[in-house]
Amino acid sequence: MREVRDCFLGSADELDYPAQFVAGLLDPARPTPTLLTGPHGKAAHRRFNVYRNNVTVSLIEALAATFPATRRITGEAFFRAMARFHIRETPPKSPLLFEYGRNFPDFIERYAYARPMPWLADVARIERAWLDAYHAADAAVLLPHVLAAAQPAELADLVFEPHPATGVVRSAYPAVTVFSANRGDGPVGRIEASAPETALITRPSLEVEVRTLAPGADIFVGSLLEGEPFGSAAVAGHACCPHFDLATAIRVMLEAGAFAAIRHGG
Amino acid sequence: MTELAIHADRAQLGIPRFPAHPVDGLAGTSFKHQHLPNILADDERTGGFFEVHAENYMGAGGPPHAALVKIREDYPVSLHGVCMSIGGPQPLDKGHLGRFAALVKRYEPALVSEHLAWSTHETTYYNDLLPLPYTEASLRRVAEHIDEVQEAIGRPILLENPSSYLLFKDSTMSETAFMRGLVRRTGCGLLLDINNVFVSATNQGFSALDYLSDFPMADVGEIHLAGHTQQQDDEGDLLLIDSHNGPVADAVWKLFDVVIALRGPVPTLIEWDSAIPDWSVLKREAQAAQMLMDRHAPGLRQETLHARG
Repeated sequence: MREVRDCFLGSADELDYPAQFVAGLLDPARPTPTLLTGPHGKAAHRRFNVYRNNVTVSLIEALAATFPATRRITGEAFFRAMARFHIRETPPKSPLLFEYGRNFPDFIERYAYARPMPWLADVARIERAWLDAYHAADAAVLLPHVLAAAQPAELADLVFEPHPATGVVRSAYPAVTVFSANRGDGPVGRIEASAPETALITRPSLEVEVRTLAPGADIFVGSLLEGEPFGSAAVAGHACCPHFDLATAIRVMLEAGAFAAIRHGG
Repeated sequence: MTELAIHADRAQLGIPRFPAHPVDGLAGTSFKHQHLPNILADDERTGGFFEVHAENYMGAGGPPHAALVKIREDYPVSLHGVCMSIGGPQPLDKGHLGRFAALVKRYEPALVSEHLAWSTHETTYYNDLLPLPYTEASLRRVAEHIDEVQEAIGRPILLENPSSYLLFKDSTMSETAFMRGLVRRTGCGLLLDINNVFVSATNQGFSALDYLSDFPMADVGEIHLAGHTQQQDDEGDLLLIDSHNGPVADAVWKLFDVVIALRGPVPTLIEWDSAIPDWSVLKREAQAAQMLMDRHAPGLRQETLHARG
């Protein structure tokens, strides 16, 4: 309806200003759009650059706010250059900036200059999961006594409902150790860890928590999050890791608030 | 269980969840989470009112909502939308409009505002308040968008004048005429950003006082004050940037005093969005605005605070 009426009124051309305006917005090599001018016949180049600068700098800052440990590891100049490439390639599709940066870890993985830091993309994945946990829906966590009240005969068939904030990031590198060392303002010592780590990200109340899941526990908790019943998740944990300690894994996942409820499967 | 049932009834009956907290004649500040402990520790509730960017509260839950609930219980809140893209020609994002309406319903804000600007083109979000030409065609389109927003939230919005750095060759009317036209067609109110007026006047070489004398003052429901920074244009002349990263400039205070003398007290907000200072510094800026308003209408603030109870 709108298009038909605009054609009739001859105003469609007058309303194509965004297409002309954005053509040069993310690319400084493009000329200033000709529909713009300064006042009293002045040029509009530096004036248009104010918008170019606002857009790119504000999006770099949005990524910097979401990925502070990543930025600390790379340093400011490296991070800004990397973020600028990503913004040109993948500008936001939503006005909600806390949703932006979902593809940034994959971009980091492909970014040639970041290759000497192969764990960097996983640190960024933990940071992205951190922000998702921060904004996730509020929900009560599964309390130990609820699980303790389950009949032993029913235990194997129990299915665990994930808490809305819960996320898991598996890394082939010590990404949780690197994340934790760089997320705050404190001094970062030499990191000796080298073994692969899996991060469990939760928000049992208002504070986001990030902890490492031990080998076996990562498979066990991951299986429960995917909806596997308790019995087969425990078997999967043991199968991948002979030292898997089921009692400790249960204590850790309850402390973390990784789940909201249990129900009887089958 | 009983308590939950009672809450459900309140919502169904449309009974407000929060106290009304009138905002008339008060000065307020942007709400920044790092200030929350200081604000809550202030037993005299001297914060006036608080303005939040709507988009920061469009997540499902977590600390942002917990903080806003606390603030809303004690103070009037102004809900300031930043990216509805009302000033763009393309249809409004229905999902975004729905989220905005849900926030208005949930928090019962004293003031609701948006910008005369656009930020989304096709599916890309540019995260800036981008300008538009002032023509009959754009006036008609923007008025349709304002109607749509007001219908969705069930109340009028305040529309904010932009800061601008350049002009469109195709514009056929002044910004003040454009905004007057929007008020007439949609019944919306206006948010007069005096720093934006000063920034645009400097950048475009017009008189800020002329602009203000042509602005439909009777429709102004809120005022914004903020800091700006200085750059240069292509000719080496002063170009002001609406940066919200410092104290309000003396010239802007002067214009504010002129507007209040003319219009009487209006809810006035100190915007400070980057290089955010300690709460005491931000609060002092709001107190300065309050002092200027009280000078022109000494009784109003007391009446408002009394009504708040």
